Amino acid sequence: MTAAPALAEQAWQALSGVRDPELDEPITELGFVVAAAVRDGGVSVRLRLPTYFCAPNFAYLMVADAYDALVALGEFDWVEVRLTDHFAAEEINAGVAAEAGFAGAFAGQAAGELDELRDTFRRKAHLACLERACRTLLDSGWQIDALAGTTLGDLPASAERESLVRRRAELGLPSGPDAPLFVEDDGEPVPAGALPKRLRFAKAVRVSIEGNSAFCRGLLRTRYPEAGVEGAVGFAGAEGVEGKVS
Amino acid sequence: MYTKDGQQYFVVDSHVHFWDGSPANQANRYGKGFIECFYDYHRNLSPEGWVWPLEKFEKYSEQTLMQDLFADGYVDKAIFQPTYLTDFYVNGFNTTEQDGALAERHPDRFIVNGAWDPRDGETGLRELELLAERWKLRGVKLYTAEWKGSSKGWKLTDPWSYRYLEKCEELGITNIHVHKGPTIYPLNRDSFDVADVDDVATAFPGLNFIIEHVGLPRLEDFCWIATQEPNVYGGLAVVMPFIHSRPRYFAQVLGELLYWLDENRITFASDYAIWHPKWLVEKFVDFQIPEDMQAEYGRLTPDIKRKILGLNAAKLYDIEVPAEVRAAEEPAESGEAVGSAPVVPA
Repeated sequence: MTAAPALAEQAWQALSGVRDPELDEPITELGFVVAAAVRDGGVSVRLRLPTYFCAPNFAYLMVADAYDALVALGEFDWVEVRLTDHFAAEEINAGVAAEAGFAGAFAGQAAGELDELRDTFRRKAHLACLERACRTLLDSGWQIDALAGTTLGDLPASAERESLVRRRAELGLPSGPDAPLFVEDDGEPVPAGALPKRLRFAKAVRVSIEGNSAFCRGLLRTRYPEAGVEGAVGFAGAEGVEGKVS
Repeated sequence: MYTKDGQQYFVVDSHVHFWDGSPANQANRYGKGFIECFYDYHRNLSPEGWVWPLEKFEKYSEQTLMQDLFADGYVDKAIFQPTYLTDFYVNGFNTTEQDGALAERHPDRFIVNGAWDPRDGETGLRELELLAERWKLRGVKLYTAEWKGSSKGWKLTDPWSYRYLEKCEELGITNIHVHKGPTIYPLNRDSFDVADVDDVATAFPGLNFIIEHVGLPRLEDFCWIATQEPNVYGGLAVVMPFIHSRPRYFAQVLGELLYWLDENRITFASDYAIWHPKWLVEKFVDFQIPEDMQAEYGRLTPDIKRKILGLNAAKLYDIEVPAEVRAAEEPAESGEAVGSAPVVPA
């Protein structure tokens, strides 16, 4: 039983690697993990979302990703992840538990899996990160015309750079220090002439994602007033051991 | 009409409801979930003192609506946007007929919009003709995430949707309000995607497409389309209340809209009864882009505010505006009117 807190910590770490694909933030920080417990050799997690009608495809991705992340630890005999208070909770929970895929969970209503959707939102997240990184350069005196010749290595070490490199790697785009900073979705450098408009669009993407994130956080607090402290939900281990690890 | 600091503002509220979300009308758990979701929007973004009890929010009276919009809320003309949701509510959530009956008791206050659903096929086309004749429709509100039996929604580019848009052209229904929601077929696609708006806006240059809540949560995709399609407009329902709780975000959204569209294609809306127009109008007239954002987004002038609050919608619906309120008539340039230069450090 003494292992429970350590396992709880591992499980929480695994869950914190699961991001809301639309908001590009960890579900643990967004307050979506409402309860979690390590017991009887397994792990049980409950998720909640800001509204009853949150889009079912994104909801499915978070439940499935949480399930996969916990299974991948290889530490548990069983893993249960359940979405609550959502119009499609039943289909999603059953589909994920049966490892049926999205099309299996929503038979007749889906025309495929969610890879394309995930990819679209990874690209948006990348563009938003790119804008944040460019902004740090512009704020420190770089001219916009010079950005086309910039490489990732020109970015000073910062959280912005880290986020950008991580998303680049996720998308399979060049992420080394010599890689051009401003690239299209296919990895091709954006030419100087096209860059200002592309950067302007990247800004709209960032404003959009940040706005959605704040709205979702607000709605979650309205729906669950006790969700005021972000990440405050920790693990309850076996024997009533509270493993608050966030 | 709202007057402040010697400036007059003619107010068209482009998106109001007269709904019945009460338990007696809820057909199932989805109906309950839907009104509770609206109620959370209402509670989350309304200032203190403006939050209703759930019971009142579920079903409010005609008298409440008239008082809130016209006696207290400065609204000169309100546009009813129906939301049928007949799979969720026994008598529908908010139908054209319910709106129309109220509107007829208060002449000159309302514009009654209709709705259609491409999944209704030929029968629906005929019904649209009757609806248009009965209510003299100039606009329709389309909700693409509406459930119908096993179907969870539709796209503007569906073949039958083109038939209905052709019918709108024929009937003189020129204002197509589009509201995206969380579901469509197939469910694996992004249901909030506004790419279908791009296609129909090109195919029907004689129709205006007013995208409700400016495409949120896909503001960027909406802006990208609207900048290229002159007949695409942004409706500020859901955006307006951020003026209170997150004014800097509100400034950013408005700034982006002014940059990608222009001041002539943005329309004010309260989404009543989700939010009350009184505080929205007052705060909007007092609002200014924060100083540190002005280099990028510019400043809001009384003329810009007048257009957004009423004149733009008045143009779409040929609403007569008192002469003293008419702003300068020359249209601002599209696209790069405000804050067009990217930030370049000095």
